[in-house]
Amino acid sequence: MPPNNMELPIVELQTERIDYRIILTLVAPKSRVLDMGCGDGELLYLLNKNLETRSQGIEIDHEQIMQCVERGINVLLGDLDSGLTDFKDNSFDYVILNNALQELRYPDDVIKDALRVGKNLIVGFPNFAYYKARLQFFLSGRTPVTPSLPFAWYESPNLHLLTIEDFKAYCAERGFRILSERYVRNQKEIRFRPNLLAQWGIFLITR
Amino acid sequence: MSNAASPEQRIYTSLRTFDFPELKLENGEVLNEVRIAYETYGELNSARSNAILIAHAFSGDAHAAFYHDGESRPGWWDSMIGPGKAFDTNRYFVICSNVIGGCAGSTGPSSINPATGAPYALDFPQITIKDMVNAQKLLVEHLGIEKLYSIAGGSMGGMQVLQWLVSYPYTVKSAIPIATTARHSPQQIAFNEVGRQAIMADPNWNGGNYYGREIPRAGLSVARMIGHITYMSDKSMAEKFGRRTKPDQEPTKFHADFEVEGYLRNRGDFFVRRFDANSYLYISKAMDLFDVSEGRPLSEKFYELEAKLLVLAFKSDWLYPAYQSLEIVSACKIAGVPVTYLEIEAHYGHDSFLVETETQSRLVKNFLARVDAAE
Repeated sequence: MPPNNMELPIVELQTERIDYRIILTLVAPKSRVLDMGCGDGELLYLLNKNLETRSQGIEIDHEQIMQCVERGINVLLGDLDSGLTDFKDNSFDYVILNNALQELRYPDDVIKDALRVGKNLIVGFPNFAYYKARLQFFLSGRTPVTPSLPFAWYESPNLHLLTIEDFKAYCAERGFRILSERYVRNQKEIRFRPNLLAQWGIFLITR
Repeated sequence: MSNAASPEQRIYTSLRTFDFPELKLENGEVLNEVRIAYETYGELNSARSNAILIAHAFSGDAHAAFYHDGESRPGWWDSMIGPGKAFDTNRYFVICSNVIGGCAGSTGPSSINPATGAPYALDFPQITIKDMVNAQKLLVEHLGIEKLYSIAGGSMGGMQVLQWLVSYPYTVKSAIPIATTARHSPQQIAFNEVGRQAIMADPNWNGGNYYGREIPRAGLSVARMIGHITYMSDKSMAEKFGRRTKPDQEPTKFHADFEVEGYLRNRGDFFVRRFDANSYLYISKAMDLFDVSEGRPLSEKFYELEAKLLVLAFKSDWLYPAYQSLEIVSACKIAGVPVTYLEIEAHYGHDSFLVETETQSRLVKNFLARVDAAE
């Protein structure tokens, strides 16, 4: 399904988050959306409000779940590595995996399963090949700590760090089609040399 | 449990009744001259669209909230029902009725059998959760309500919630099954059976014919004691009693040395005064017989649902463990029913649904406020 690019007027875009703004342009109106690791539900709330989506969230944190319910978001307590169990094939038009891929125990299995229950998958992740991370690693020999990768090694939830080129190669290997690729640096979209200059990549992929 | 309101803050309520000529039962029998005892809280709006049905648990009754004249304790879920509370009576019209088979105003084994003029005792037919729900449906219709804004209940109340969804899928806009199951496990049946055996082993039970004579006090009391153990958790018992001993010891062997023993005896004694032993047998059997999907996958029963669900379990509840709630969640996932699920971190065991009100209140209140919101 091609990105809609503002077929529905965005009425309530009260978010500073560039990743949410980008995802809002990737989702078609009135579609069914599953957000894995939906946090406080803000993204689903924005999607529901602006694009009349029907949404479901999965989240592990109890307080975040409470906030989802306050926003009227349907949310299930669950961990992402097993949260998709029971959903039937093609239950959703879009599955969203934003800022969660790198924290998964079994990212390959989850992506495959996400593309089973969803026709499309939106994946957003921090780019480990961002030039400042490369410089830190190259110059100091230490594991990089950057705004998009803000954790020291001993407290990081990230299990599988990856780069934009890694993800593209993975999609090619698995035969997933990339429908849209968007890149962010310092809260702004960029296009030039993303693997070096982007802090974040957001991909829309399909089977 | 619920913080008692000072006398001037108290809202008073009283039991009402609804009589109807007959109820066709699931087993083919017909119950004649049926009475349902119920209470309501708040006002039904002109569109009749703000009604919420509360279904009570095994030993509950219609008195879910507010105060009865002359009583110092409010209804059993007063912490959740009232102005500004989770089930906000400023917004919603809340109904709670005593189940068929009960002993708190609705027709049950202690009621007079119109055919004989004597109490039914064991001539009372074996009722089921479905029969309870069918009776509630008649009450709801009698109150002029076509569609319920929500239906909620814990434990056996949650079973009734599930049965409503399956029996009357188009009449429910939202549902809140709490600490419940789509069918009783062998362990749950086993505990109920021990309770029933305790009652039937009491000579005063007398084949169910004890009305107007000595009641099976000891048996019913033991049944309740077993129940109470299963409603608590190891942790909540340790916190509540520890190994503290009772100071007021009777000079007999096997008296209540420990506080926990004294507590259980008290609960048993208290229960005997308000609950009918035959109702215990009938209702506990109705729970054991319950299988809302009748041996089929639960999801098959959920495809027609228009409701959204809030499913709640409690981490320390070992009598109705979270896996049973997750089975309900699974069915929603398969059938595409919008669902919210949380396993609440409360340590009171199965009793959590009555005792833990902070997280529950927040979730229920916000969930109800958004029932009409787009998904």
